[in-house]
Amino acid sequence: MSTETGRPLLVVEGLGIVFGGLRAVHDVGFALKPGEIVSIIGPNGAGKTTLFNMISGLYMPASGSVRLDGEVVTGMASHLLARRGLSRTFQNLQIFPAMSVLENVMSGFHLKEKGSLFADLLNWPTARSRTRAIEAAARALLARVGLERAAEREAGALSYGSLKRLEIARALALSPKVLLLDEPAAGCNATETEEIDRLIEEIAHEGTAILLVEHDMKMVMRISNHIVVLDHGEKIAEGDPATVSRDPRVIEAYLGVQQEGSHAGG
Amino acid sequence: MRLSHKYSALLVLLAVVAVAPLFFPSSYYYRVASLVCVNGLAVIGIVILTGYAGQISLGHAGFAGIGAYACALAPVHLGLHPGAALVLGALVSAGLAFLVGRPILRLKGYYLGVASLGFGILVSMVLTNESAITGGPDGMQVADLGLRGWLAGIGLRLTTGQFWYFVNALAMLIGAWLALNLNERATGRALRALHGSETAAATVGIDVARAKLSAFVISAVYASVAGSLLALQNRLVTPDIAGYMHSIEMVTMAVLGGVGSVLGAIFGAAVLTLLPQVLTAFDQYEQIALGLIMMLVMIYLRQGIVPGLLALIRGRGT
Repeated sequence: MSTETGRPLLVVEGLGIVFGGLRAVHDVGFALKPGEIVSIIGPNGAGKTTLFNMISGLYMPASGSVRLDGEVVTGMASHLLARRGLSRTFQNLQIFPAMSVLENVMSGFHLKEKGSLFADLLNWPTARSRTRAIEAAARALLARVGLERAAEREAGALSYGSLKRLEIARALALSPKVLLLDEPAAGCNATETEEIDRLIEEIAHEGTAILLVEHDMKMVMRISNHIVVLDHGEKIAEGDPATVSRDPRVIEAYLGVQQEGSHAGG
Repeated sequence: MRLSHKYSALLVLLAVVAVAPLFFPSSYYYRVASLVCVNGLAVIGIVILTGYAGQISLGHAGFAGIGAYACALAPVHLGLHPGAALVLGALVSAGLAFLVGRPILRLKGYYLGVASLGFGILVSMVLTNESAITGGPDGMQVADLGLRGWLAGIGLRLTTGQFWYFVNALAMLIGAWLALNLNERATGRALRALHGSETAAATVGIDVARAKLSAFVISAVYASVAGSLLALQNRLVTPDIAGYMHSIEMVTMAVLGGVGSVLGAIFGAAVLTLLPQVLTAFDQYEQIALGLIMMLVMIYLRQGIVPGLLALIRGRGT
């Protein structure tokens, strides 16, 4: 168990969803404290992204509850969750391709920039100064993920690895209390993975609770405080990295894919 | 210092509007140019709805009809000044867009197009059939705005053509300024964001349904004011203004010129307003020539004439 103090920011209890009679996720629960990194691992199709989609308001869970900072937010719409401090990235990238890289991050500041419609239409000084402040903050975030030189480029033209970092920068723009990262290092080379690795630890160090889905086991084992293992939609094990990596069910269901290929898929 | 995109676009527009009259040999040209401006105004609304937010409406002529008939009816029945009737029409259009937009904006793509088409047809049918109030298919007279007479009173004498050219050009410039302001601020960026990915937009806290609705309402107001100006200029209004051909014309103008760009859409409005005048030389082949030009533009300049040509020039430049 984690050694971090403070009450949990995100509490997931008994979460489940059924797709066409199939229990995609069943009775999954865990908790995240400020500054903690919790990873969800499991083979493809284990329900990791489905779990993310339920927590972030894209899917309505059939059972169970999600509490964010003490408030029950089960099945709440994404934009309302964003207001309450939950932010996420996507496995299959959800960027705004026709916008510049800078504007992608600026839209992450939407809630901070938004004033009245009329102030925006009439170009009031208050609206102008808000946009200026947001632009500076967005540039700072781009620098943080190493994309400051791509700021004016069209986002759709960026490489996959850069887009992954752009998504993280946009998610950070919300100053989230809880950040869900769905395979942030997928498709990245070793150097990029190391950078993302360091970035995640930094974000956690600043007090954000991070829920991570990642296939890079080295990364997961290195940075996680706590690991939850899913298989066929159910939690089969959890604990700190050392405990989990020794758990025979985990080796069978997941790590076994690498170590004993013939046992995989059972 | 480099001029921002917004101010360079506005300057281009202002320059064209100011210089164009030097080349007008007759009042007929003022009349056509004022039509370009009023169509340009309506089409800026389409830029906000379709270019920014990615939502399609094939019923916006309905709002133009409401704006037009407000100017015809309100002075007669409510004793309002025609200028106040324009504002009333805009408010009614905004209210109706709010009510209609809520359910239909849940639809996407073609479905939204068809639903909005239905709305436009409904408005034009009401205007055609309620002949006791609207005068039916023959339409009705519209009161004089009175502004031209007042200007003459203070020593500024303009012909009807000149007057309407400057009024509509001013309205279009203000409309362009508002739309370009919106584009740089949180509201406009939210619209472009949901155009790119509704899922991601919601994730950053954008209320997607509300943002779409605000784009729909704003664009309805643009169409309504354009309809009012057209009615006031013509001193006559018929249900054609709300007809689906007019709706489709608005969208075509925007798409032809470049629906993502205010300047492009206005250019499209200019092309489609002027081309029929120019193509009369082709006599019965006018429609064929028009269709051919539109097809060629869509094949070779898919983003529209202005953004397409700009991309070509930039591509050559580097």
